[in-house]
Amino acid sequence: MAAPSTDPSKPLKEARPDKGLRTLTGAQILWDALEEQGVEVVFGYPGGAIMPAYDALPGSSIRHVLVRHEQGAAHMADGYARASGRVGVAVATSGPGATNLVTGIANAMMDSIPIVCITGQVPSTLIGSDAFQETDFTGVTLPITKHNLLVTRAQDIMPAIKQAFYIASSGRPGPVVVDITKDAQNQSCEYQYDPSPVRLPGYRPDRQPLPEELKEAVEMIQSAKRPIIFCGHGIVRANATSLLLEFVHKTNIPVALTLLGLGGFPARHERSLGMMGMHGEAWVNTAIQEADLIIALGMRFDDRVTGNLKTYAPNAKKIHVELDPAEINKNVKVDLPLLGDVREILRQLVPHVERAACEEWIAHIEALKGDSAVRDIKDLPDSGQLFAAHVIHDLWRYTEGRALIVTDVGQHQMWEAQYYKHDHPRKLLTSGGLGTMGFALPAAMGARLACPDDEIWVVAGDGGFQMTAAELATCAQENIKVNIAVINNGFLGMVRQWQQFFYGGRYVATPIKSPDYVLLAQAHGLKGLRVTQRSEVRAAVEAARANAETTIVDFRVEQEDSVYPMVPAGADLHNMIRRPKPEIKSAPHNPIFETGDDE
Amino acid sequence: MSTADPPLRTFVAYVEDQPGVLNRIASLFRRRNFNIVSLNVGRTQTPGVSRMTVVVEADDDKARRIEANLYKLVNVLSVEDITRSPNIVRDLALIKVFAPPEKRSEVLQLCQVFRARAVDVGPDTLVVEITGTQDKIIGLLTILEPFGVLEMVQSGTVAMTRGSISDAARAIRDTSNRGIAAA
Repeated sequence: MAAPSTDPSKPLKEARPDKGLRTLTGAQILWDALEEQGVEVVFGYPGGAIMPAYDALPGSSIRHVLVRHEQGAAHMADGYARASGRVGVAVATSGPGATNLVTGIANAMMDSIPIVCITGQVPSTLIGSDAFQETDFTGVTLPITKHNLLVTRAQDIMPAIKQAFYIASSGRPGPVVVDITKDAQNQSCEYQYDPSPVRLPGYRPDRQPLPEELKEAVEMIQSAKRPIIFCGHGIVRANATSLLLEFVHKTNIPVALTLLGLGGFPARHERSLGMMGMHGEAWVNTAIQEADLIIALGMRFDDRVTGNLKTYAPNAKKIHVELDPAEINKNVKVDLPLLGDVREILRQLVPHVERAACEEWIAHIEALKGDSAVRDIKDLPDSGQLFAAHVIHDLWRYTEGRALIVTDVGQHQMWEAQYYKHDHPRKLLTSGGLGTMGFALPAAMGARLACPDDEIWVVAGDGGFQMTAAELATCAQENIKVNIAVINNGFLGMVRQWQQFFYGGRYVATPIKSPDYVLLAQAHGLKGLRVTQRSEVRAAVEAARANAETTIVDFRVEQEDSVYPMVPAGADLHNMIRRPKPEIKSAPHNPIFETGDDE
Repeated sequence: MSTADPPLRTFVAYVEDQPGVLNRIASLFRRRNFNIVSLNVGRTQTPGVSRMTVVVEADDDKARRIEANLYKLVNVLSVEDITRSPNIVRDLALIKVFAPPEKRSEVLQLCQVFRARAVDVGPDTLVVEITGTQDKIIGLLTILEPFGVLEMVQSGTVAMTRGSISDAARAIRDTSNRGIAAA
């Protein structure tokens, strides 16, 4: 297993020389304190209340990426954090600059991503006066941040930045906002960086299970007949992939993955079942419903994973390994919670577990897969139609499964999860909890700065891509190279699919027109290509990889294709809408074939 | 104390005395859809530390999640669900009742039964102060209503466990002994 791209436990660089006590402005202190946290790049947009900070930026070693909209800055910081395991940083001014960050902050909160957002605030003397561009930003972000701070004095800036990075990155990570008034940026004060650890009496991010709880877990694992492991985002965040591999090698227990867990366990491993939940393959969800033990590692039983809670995994005892005590018994009642860092808990469990007696169970799950492979759409002969599944499958093949993929939200996101087989952690970045359209392009740009050597592909729908396409100009200005696959079906595809299934086929406000993506790319000084046939996919992928500039490939795919299988929202996990039977495959507008088992 | 599942739970929380902390806690309860019945906050003997008493409608599961969610707030120092511990629970109420001179002694007599006391006398009114549980306050209120209750205000519930120092308080004392609470 390849090591994660960065080990967050190692300091980014050597401790900096102590520059001693000196007089600095709050703005200078801000950049110095950020450098001390190891920050190399920030994503931002200047404006009135943050201008003193920008004025001091040239004195710093930190690179600034000028975005086109602050939402892009927050997503770039998010993508940077997901790809690297470090803290991403976004900067914005007060008022509209700050509120434009909100979607990106909420996105990072839902997916537990460590980002720090630094916002300017009107001078402290004007707070509460409805001053120009004043917004109560700590108030606005209170429910969507792990913590936030309002700083009104220069001498409080460095401790606030230290706290923000510590809180964002420790325990269950999350976004932290530091709102700094303009007068605090302008004031001067005596300053010396304080390298001592942050002390917060009410903040206890570290937890450990009791030895008897671990013993009980081992007993439950050894006595199970139909056990299943859930690999969640926590495995990725905790860099616990190699320990999970050891655990599976010893126990032979099959692994199902959440969307954000993909890559946390290699897709091509023989015990990997694939993604669970709303668009998980039928055999995965069926296995969950039949299991007698669930070992949930770093996941939170989201409603997209469980379906109807009343009928969810009714026969299974549940072990929940989780860092956040507030997640225990939130959605699913568990039999044994193990509170703590999933890597540490796996480390303690691995020496005590033995091969589980589950050969019959594994054979049963294999049988559930049925003849899906022969009917899988990706393996069918080229009929002249281009399906999104073809594009994703071929992208996987031609990038040898090694690319870092950043997806947007919708049908293409689910096809990506189904057809791009991720074997390494931090190689799929996607907006899971909040489901934020427009995430992909800016997040990929952030990932590019974290991982300069990776091949990076944006996979986005034509709807979501248009939401943040303005960041193409940022790509051009900052020489940020990513490859972009627009899965263009002329619809807001997932909403259209729901309209087809649940709203009588009334396509209200879902047909969507796109600009000419080839011309759009050219207008930015970038490259654009168009693909309408499966036979053209390979050449386009290779051309995009070869280009030095960001390249958009406009894949004109089947318009009314749907993602299968599908568990309707709130339905029982085993009651999936299956792929229609193969005999209707010749119908002109029904490009739908089995990949799951049939009824 | 009743051993049956009470629909009301009483939490004691020690929090940092900083601007916005009450807002954070109120926001948490609103966001997670926990219904606050009563909330009281005030200073403690430790500078910089406030103590809250929160009464919430919650079953056991919900109570555990409330506690866990409160702990996620950085400014919350310690939390304890004291519902099932032997405890002292008090509300304070001021009741302004219509009591012209001819009714005054009757009202005062009734107040005595409840160990309430008159703290203000006007030409036609009495202001009565009562301390006790909600039941006791409602009892007095019911008795006074026929005279005409003109105004009423309540403090919100405050609570403390009986006997030795509670877990939540010990956690604070220990951190302040280590000199961290002031950081």
